[in-house]
Amino acid sequence: MTSSPITIFRARRILTMNPARPEATHVAVREGRILGVGPLEELAGWGAYTLDDSFADKVLMPGLVEGHSHAAEGTFWRYTYLGRFDRMDPEGKVWPGAESIEDVVTRLQQVERKLASPTEVLAGWGLDPIYYGDRRVVRADFDRVSTTRAIGVMHASGHIFNVNTRALELAGLMRPGVNHPGIPLGSDGLPTGELKGPEAMTIVGAHVGFDREALANDEDGLRRFAKLCVRQGVTTATDLANLLPDDAVSMMARVTGEAGYPVRIVSFRRFQALTPEQVVDMAVKLKARSTDRLRLGAIKLFVDGSIQGFSARLRWPGYYNGAPNGLWYTPPEAISGLYRLALQKGVLVHSHTNGDQATEMALDCLEGALLDQPARDHRFTLQHCQLADAAQFRRMARLGMCANLFPNHHFYWGDQHYETTVGPERAMRMNACATALASGVPLAIHSDAPVTPLGPLFTAWCAVNRRTASGRTLGTSEAISVADALRTITLGAAWTLKLDGEVGSIECGKRADFAVLEDDPLEIAPDKLKDVRIWGTVQGGRLFPANGV
Amino acid sequence: MSETRPGGRLPVTVIGGYLGTGKTTLVNRLLRAADGQRLAVLVNDFGATPVDRDLIVSSDGDTLEISGGCICCSYGSDLMDTLMALPEQRPDIERVVLETSGVALPGMVASAVTLLPAYRVDGIVVMVDAETVRTMADDAYLGDTITRQLGAADLVVANRCDLVDEASLRQTLAWLATQSPAARILPATRADIAPDLLLGLRDAALPRLSATLTTPGAPDAASLYDSLELDVPANVDITELGQRLSAPGTGVLRAKGILNRLALHVVGQRFEIDSAPAGARSGRLVVIGLRARLDRRAVEQAVQASLSTSLRSG
Repeated sequence: MTSSPITIFRARRILTMNPARPEATHVAVREGRILGVGPLEELAGWGAYTLDDSFADKVLMPGLVEGHSHAAEGTFWRYTYLGRFDRMDPEGKVWPGAESIEDVVTRLQQVERKLASPTEVLAGWGLDPIYYGDRRVVRADFDRVSTTRAIGVMHASGHIFNVNTRALELAGLMRPGVNHPGIPLGSDGLPTGELKGPEAMTIVGAHVGFDREALANDEDGLRRFAKLCVRQGVTTATDLANLLPDDAVSMMARVTGEAGYPVRIVSFRRFQALTPEQVVDMAVKLKARSTDRLRLGAIKLFVDGSIQGFSARLRWPGYYNGAPNGLWYTPPEAISGLYRLALQKGVLVHSHTNGDQATEMALDCLEGALLDQPARDHRFTLQHCQLADAAQFRRMARLGMCANLFPNHHFYWGDQHYETTVGPERAMRMNACATALASGVPLAIHSDAPVTPLGPLFTAWCAVNRRTASGRTLGTSEAISVADALRTITLGAAWTLKLDGEVGSIECGKRADFAVLEDDPLEIAPDKLKDVRIWGTVQGGRLFPANGV
Repeated sequence: MSETRPGGRLPVTVIGGYLGTGKTTLVNRLLRAADGQRLAVLVNDFGATPVDRDLIVSSDGDTLEISGGCICCSYGSDLMDTLMALPEQRPDIERVVLETSGVALPGMVASAVTLLPAYRVDGIVVMVDAETVRTMADDAYLGDTITRQLGAADLVVANRCDLVDEASLRQTLAWLATQSPAARILPATRADIAPDLLLGLRDAALPRLSATLTTPGAPDAASLYDSLELDVPANVDITELGQRLSAPGTGVLRAKGILNRLALHVVGQRFEIDSAPAGARSGRLVVIGLRARLDRRAVEQAVQASLSTSLRSG
């Protein structure tokens, strides 16, 4: 009987995340799994091998795990990127950040000139006018690009569209008397071109290329998403809120099953338009369709909205600028019912809570559900959980909950949180990674891509440095060490997905998933962590150089 | 984009209120009382049977066919998509009844509906449980949601009044009046309110009061209401009339008037003016209100006071 070939990779340094053997120089791989990690002499004991020196000058880490992203990031790259900060597309091209509204308009004009038909729509994404002072973006700005084609640009937050006059006409909104809180009117009584909130956005979405069909079941998008993962060292990534209709599941299973697909996708079924019984039943059935590279069977629940959209639910004293409290997206009865049933059936539930009142509600609901349905190892996770205070982290620990915090917010919107949404004190304690770890709460950190760019090492940099775009440091006492940050983007995130037995560390028996780095994240200065150069990944023993995807 | 329909915009009745307040019971009453009117009932989810089983003719994914030509669809987070597609998919539909989720703010849902030119908001009904609403309003999590729901109501249905003694009911109704100062408040049991309050009044006909659906032991809902029908001179200013009938004090719960090819719809504190359906008889006003509350003189005075200025002075 012949056994499968063994490859031993030699590396400059291997950071294993296994405290029993924290670093090594060689890792042996067979059948896509790790046979062992350690000195060559030890590994040679497994039998004949091929020594691969490709990584002799590289640093290996466990493949990075993105615990909260959306495959839609791959879809969005079909639109024109108009964000404030440089961002790398799936092909590796870096799109420079737009420095002014004028810059945004110029870029749209450049793309517009290349469009053939005068009515073809022009769509963009990533716009973030808070960086351009007080002036709002208005339809006249985009009318300078075109008056014949509809133009729509989604804001970075995903909660606002800016459109031109043509798009408003097509949506039937270019009329006086529009009376909606999400549609500001100009002095002429007509919409300014800004559309906030899902309802107002839906009405124009279809006319500017953001229709639902375009966004669902997007095969090309799923492929582009994988390229982004490779460029960022990610080998397991969540697609955290999918409706997972049958045709999408089939497509995802087919694409991720292709020999060259480089990422394990963990797709959660969004709890929406179903009863708790229906969604848990669906999750159980989906779980049976899981493959190695497509993991199904978990549920994502939305408890509230977003902080910068003022739709997150905050406890007293509420928003710093006096805005009314946000919205509940799911009634507590439904949350409790879902938790109870999911605990009973062993289905994993992750709950989106941005505001601290939403976090409190989720804790209350889980506490009640656990009384009815005790469960030893549920790993229910609060996603974002941005405003949780120390007492809430202590409760999470007692209830066996995990937290997946959102440190990227500090960089992108920390100044806005400080000045407007929650005020200085709470802005400093937001995404309290240090408190979470000190409280014993299993911790992950995330990008929520496409809301912020996919890139666990950047997210780790945010958790370590807590720096805002303007250079302010928000709450040094909540900063965590580089070592802790690296653990959260590997084993930490894997734990929240119940995958820590398979991925997240480099040790015997686990999947041969590695992030291959040019620089050593433990040697580089902590404030340069985001600049660590990434060669690519190894996923299931297959090599994926970023420059070859 | 959906165009304005020939018969005027599709009226949308928004039914809000927390879980367990009787929204589904009310929806089923409306379906049973539709009497040939083709309703599209939109619900957030097909939860614990959105529609009584005996009403369902067939089921096809997100749509249930209901006897009498009505349908019931679940919209989840796709309310706008569902509404945008409906007029084309089902041109026969005459009215939409939109049941919001328990934590939704019906005022926000209604303002979203106003963005679609094919529709007009006919009224916002907020259901509360008369026994629990004040406790709910004090709830740290849900209190502000409940009071914001009430603040947007045109009609508040205080349901489950049979579970409340008279003294606390009086207090609760008074409290509701402070939360929804402009809304009309209707005490009810088992969501038994006259369907015509929500389904609209037939042109130039007496309201079709619910006569067949009395619940044993409960008073016939029809006996709780009164209706009026009167002629309206052609020189009445229809906007003025709408304002006066929807103002507190007239006891008007619902009114419909056809005048000079325009239709006036009043539901509680809300009025809307739309184009009149073809062939509708002009110069008639039909009004419905709670028995003993509907003030015929106040209604007549409202009509008089709405005569256009030139004639009033002359």
